[in-house]
Amino acid sequence: MINAFLIAWPLFSVLLILAMGKDRAKWTALMAAIVQFCVTIYAWTQFVPTAGVQFGTDMEWIPQLGIHFNVGIDGISMLVVLLTNLLAPLIILSSVRKNYERPTLFYSLVLIMQAALVGVFTARDMFLYYIFWELALVPIYLIVLIYGAENRVKITFKFFIYTMFGSLLMLVGILYLYYLTPAPHNFDINTLSNLHPDAHAQGWIFWAFFIAFAIKMPVFPFHTWQPDTYTTAPAQGTMLLSGIMLKMGIYSVIRWILPIVPMGVQDWGKVALVLSLIGIVYGSWIAITQKDFKRLLAYSSFAHVGLISAAIFTLTLTGLQGSMIQMFSHGINIVGLFFIAQIIYDRTGTFQLPNLGGLMKKAPVLAACFLIILLGSVGLPLTDGFVGEFMMLSGTYQASPWIAAVAGLTIIFSAVYMFRLYQSSMLGELKPVPSTRDENFEDVKGSETIVLVIIAFLVVIIGIYPKPLLDTTEPAITAILKNIPNVDIWQ
Amino acid sequence: MNSIITSVPINSYILLCTTLFCIGVMGVLLRRNVIIIFMSVELMLNSVNLLFTAFSAYSSNPAGQIFVFFVMVVAAAEIAIGLAIVVMIHRNTKTVDVNEWSKLKG
Amino acid sequence: MNISAIVAVSILVPFAGFLLNFLFGSKIPKSLVSIIGCGSILIALAMNIMLFVSALDGPATITYFNWIHAGSFSVDFSFLIDRLSVLMLLIITGVGFLIHLYSVGYMHDDDAYFRYFAYLNLFVFFMQMLVMGSNYLIAFIGWEGVGLCSYLLIGFWYKNTNYNNAAKKAFIMNRIGDLGFLIGIFWIFNQFGSINYKEVFAGAQGFIINNNYNDTVIIFITVLLFIGAIGKSAQIPLYTWLPDAMAGPTPVSALIHAATMVTAGIYVIVRSHVLYSLAPFTQDIIAIVGITTAFFAATIGLAQNDIKKVLAYSTVSQLGYMFVALGVGAYGSGMFHLMTHAFFKALLFLCAGSVIHAMGGEQDMRVMGGLRKKLPITFITMLTGTLAISGIPPFAGFFSKDEILAKAYEHNPILWVVGLITAVITAVYMFRMLFLTFYGNFRGDAHQESHLHESPSTMTIPLMVLAVLSLVGGFLGIPEVFGGKHILNDYFAPIFSDIATVPHTGTVLSHSMEFILMAVSVGLVLVAIYFASRMFIKKTAEGMDEEPKGFAKLLANKYYVDEIYDTLIVKPADWFSGFIYRFLELDFIDGMVNGIGRATNYSGKTIRKLQTGHIGFYLFAMTICIVILILINNFFIS
Repeated sequence: MINAFLIAWPLFSVLLILAMGKDRAKWTALMAAIVQFCVTIYAWTQFVPTAGVQFGTDMEWIPQLGIHFNVGIDGISMLVVLLTNLLAPLIILSSVRKNYERPTLFYSLVLIMQAALVGVFTARDMFLYYIFWELALVPIYLIVLIYGAENRVKITFKFFIYTMFGSLLMLVGILYLYYLTPAPHNFDINTLSNLHPDAHAQGWIFWAFFIAFAIKMPVFPFHTWQPDTYTTAPAQGTMLLSGIMLKMGIYSVIRWILPIVPMGVQDWGKVALVLSLIGIVYGSWIAITQKDFKRLLAYSSFAHVGLISAAIFTLTLTGLQGSMIQMFSHGINIVGLFFIAQIIYDRTGTFQLPNLGGLMKKAPVLAACFLIILLGSVGLPLTDGFVGEFMMLSGTYQASPWIAAVAGLTIIFSAVYMFRLYQSSMLGELKPVPSTRDENFEDVKGSETIVLVIIAFLVVIIGIYPKPLLDTTEPAITAILKNIPNVDIWQ
Repeated sequence: MNSIITSVPINSYILLCTTLFCIGVMGVLLRRNVIIIFMSVELMLNSVNLLFTAFSAYSSNPAGQIFVFFVMVVAAAEIAIGLAIVVMIHRNTKTVDVNEWSKLKG
Repeated sequence: MNISAIVAVSILVPFAGFLLNFLFGSKIPKSLVSIIGCGSILIALAMNIMLFVSALDGPATITYFNWIHAGSFSVDFSFLIDRLSVLMLLIITGVGFLIHLYSVGYMHDDDAYFRYFAYLNLFVFFMQMLVMGSNYLIAFIGWEGVGLCSYLLIGFWYKNTNYNNAAKKAFIMNRIGDLGFLIGIFWIFNQFGSINYKEVFAGAQGFIINNNYNDTVIIFITVLLFIGAIGKSAQIPLYTWLPDAMAGPTPVSALIHAATMVTAGIYVIVRSHVLYSLAPFTQDIIAIVGITTAFFAATIGLAQNDIKKVLAYSTVSQLGYMFVALGVGAYGSGMFHLMTHAFFKALLFLCAGSVIHAMGGEQDMRVMGGLRKKLPITFITMLTGTLAISGIPPFAGFFSKDEILAKAYEHNPILWVVGLITAVITAVYMFRMLFLTFYGNFRGDAHQESHLHESPSTMTIPLMVLAVLSLVGGFLGIPEVFGGKHILNDYFAPIFSDIATVPHTGTVLSHSMEFILMAVSVGLVLVAIYFASRMFIKKTAEGMDEEPKGFAKLLANKYYVDEIYDTLIVKPADWFSGFIYRFLELDFIDGMVNGIGRATNYSGKTIRKLQTGHIGFYLFAMTICIVILILINNFFIS
């Protein structure tokens, strides 16, 4: 029941927001998200990693078609649900100083999105999953379209069409699988996992699904919507996109592709892995000379996700566990970094690195938090990024030392572009601030400090003691790997 | 009844209907007055009706004649709507020449 | 207190010092910041002395909690206390404490005083972790952590872009090595099923028993770890960050870039000596890289005018010596030199700091001179350090360096010859520095001259302590030839006992031969000092500014290595980045995506023209199409 509550509560909160009116919208949304977070934490404490799917609800929805409202949380879902409901209050809190126009609309969209994301991460009926998948796209589309920066119409249109295209491919795959199920047909994950279509069909389904997920993640070469959208979206939109939404793609690969089309993975996983590897080097290399704060972060995120995706396709326990923990860490880090980008923009009116510099003098707290979060992103030991990065590289090593060597370039590249970012924004001489908005660059205060300190704290805590998170996912990951025949495809 | 119809060879029916149909097609293609075009369409429909009836009689199957009634009903409805549209357009353009009606383009 | 509590205190107190100073340092008085900063290191030092005592009885492994696990892969937060790690700990916290104390005086006027001490404490925390870790991954935490502290402290004066660039360069070059280290760790796990030192070395014994030397896997592992060491310990080709790292405050250079962090590479190789002994091929590589770096860096040191740059190249060069020792299998000698080097190089840096302090921040030796009388304590201590690094008996450097040279001779006389030449060059540039700074006439302006003063006692006391250590440190390893007892060898005997079965390559030196070698090196060094005194004591301001020519110019420009790297690596990488962004990313991939959209639009626009609006045309088209369909139906399909 908890799971159903987690989906229903944000939707119900939308009504609350509408009832409370626009002056109290942000605080209502924040309270709703905090309640949601507390329930999630409670669920996590009650969660037994080895006990499979828990907190589930299963009832008939459209019986004629065998569609169920079937949700439930296993280890993999637990982690991403935790991430979603942890980041949502932070993202809402990060917006309280911002004063969006039409706040009821904005916060309603955020909460609808949260509900849809929890739905995506817990649905165990593929039709339901697809509904949530599409539902998650609508609020973020509107957020970017209504609140975005210049050029938003064109860019959101591209984003929408691009993701729609992937979704439709996936829909074809879903329907194909549906008609393979024994009559009366259904969409249940267990049925689908036991279908075992022939290898040829699995290849096609693999690509239909993978392209959909690859666009969402994104994986090279399906990524070009991402930097534009991240740059254009309002800060909170970018945080939702990069922190949670791209996890939909990664999660879905683990949740749906690996169990349903294992032979497809064996045949084509290497191609996906090579694409991911290209993405790592390609994204990092581009990031080195980017001059736009947000665009640089977008490419860095793209490179990091490449590593996560590569680690999944090594089909090793270490690699998959690494990608799970890295999903979590990446969500936290990238939200923090985009928030910092926004804080700087709010005060200076620019994302252009050549116009920034020397902010450390004015804002030591910001600089310190930035450094910690950045170190997490760079993957320094004792920060959250290292645990995942180490395990993922270890997984890729088990696949092949050469893959590990290429993927490992990320630790050099990330140092190059991240420290360049830090240097050009925080260090050096203070540049004259181009905006008239804020003559004197203020340090972070109030809600900004709270958000940044929480994130910085999480960065360090997860780096030092990742065991609870690892324990949560390990049994579920092991179960998925067990169902793939010949897991050691690389040996 | 059937004997009267069947007293004429089927080939004659087919020949007559084809001729009528072609006259109708030519009328549609060549005339510019929209009223004439409508009449040509009616001619085509009626040629088909005649053929339906003939075949129906020859094969002793009443379904063809039932179809004829359907076609007549639909044709009447179509003419009613069509003429209404023509009247409306005529009010605006003061012409029934289809070549003048060329605003319906992409 | 049991040992696990001692270890915890030793590690956590510097971290607590970091947190206190970092979070609250701006609000509390400087004196309290100093007390927190120095006190935490003093406590750690006390703990480490206790650990030292306990380690004499035997090694201990302390496990705290499980850090990372996945299936059979598991890494614990655990620490290994043995004779090797505690010696390093004593050096780190001992020298570290002196340098903290020195910093109280040196950094006194800095606005970000608290931040400095916070970073310094953080460094000690990470360095201890590096040394104490009982597996490669814990060591890697420290390994990267000290790199971070190095970054923070090099760029401590963050307003200066050059300093920031130096800091970034240091971090990135270290990271290149770190990648090697990391892949080495993966390989070790793959081979031995564990990354705990204990299990790995136990597994390696299998190779020794089977007499399986130069196994490919072991060579790969050792080379990869060595790549890590190259980055951290500034060897060719990744050494250029270290001279640039002198941008940081001078005590930082003393602690991080001379005494402790840069020796981490040595430590890790000594720690993995079992693996290296199994790979003579890698050892040869190490020896060659070491001796090349030693020689190469020493020649650059000859032509530097910045007092800290001289010391920086000297550090690179001395680290090269240590690698030579490791390369010839003389791990104990490497550690011996590491220790004595920590003493005298820290001393030299601190003396340089004292000079810079007196000169009001000036680091150029061309405007110094004659400081002997104004800074007597600094002069005497610096003289001690210079004598020690030049290898004059009975100073510490003599014993450790000659031990390495003797071992090198046993292995291959060529190594000895190059090593000896390097030693002579070392004496020249070190005495050049000493003479330019302390002898002759003052060459700076009047304002600087009036400012000259001996440093406060917080700075001179560490100098004196380190000077004493530089004088007596060598007595821990008196060679047999003098009939002394080699205390350090006895101390390390349990550590290196596991490679006792490895056959010794080369010949063992006879006592008379060893004596001759020593005499030759000391004699040549003395000659070199004499020439240096003739050349540099009487330098005047006029002769200083002339542009160096020929080979001297090459040396003064450090063989243009930085420029070569810049042209061959940095610039092309940047250019390529812009290239793929503009052409591959925007034009090609995004162009294709947008192209699909544009093609759809274009085809729509084109096909639209078929809709002419002429009803006659529509009717005609319809009829024609129906006819065509009927024809197709009749003639082609059926």
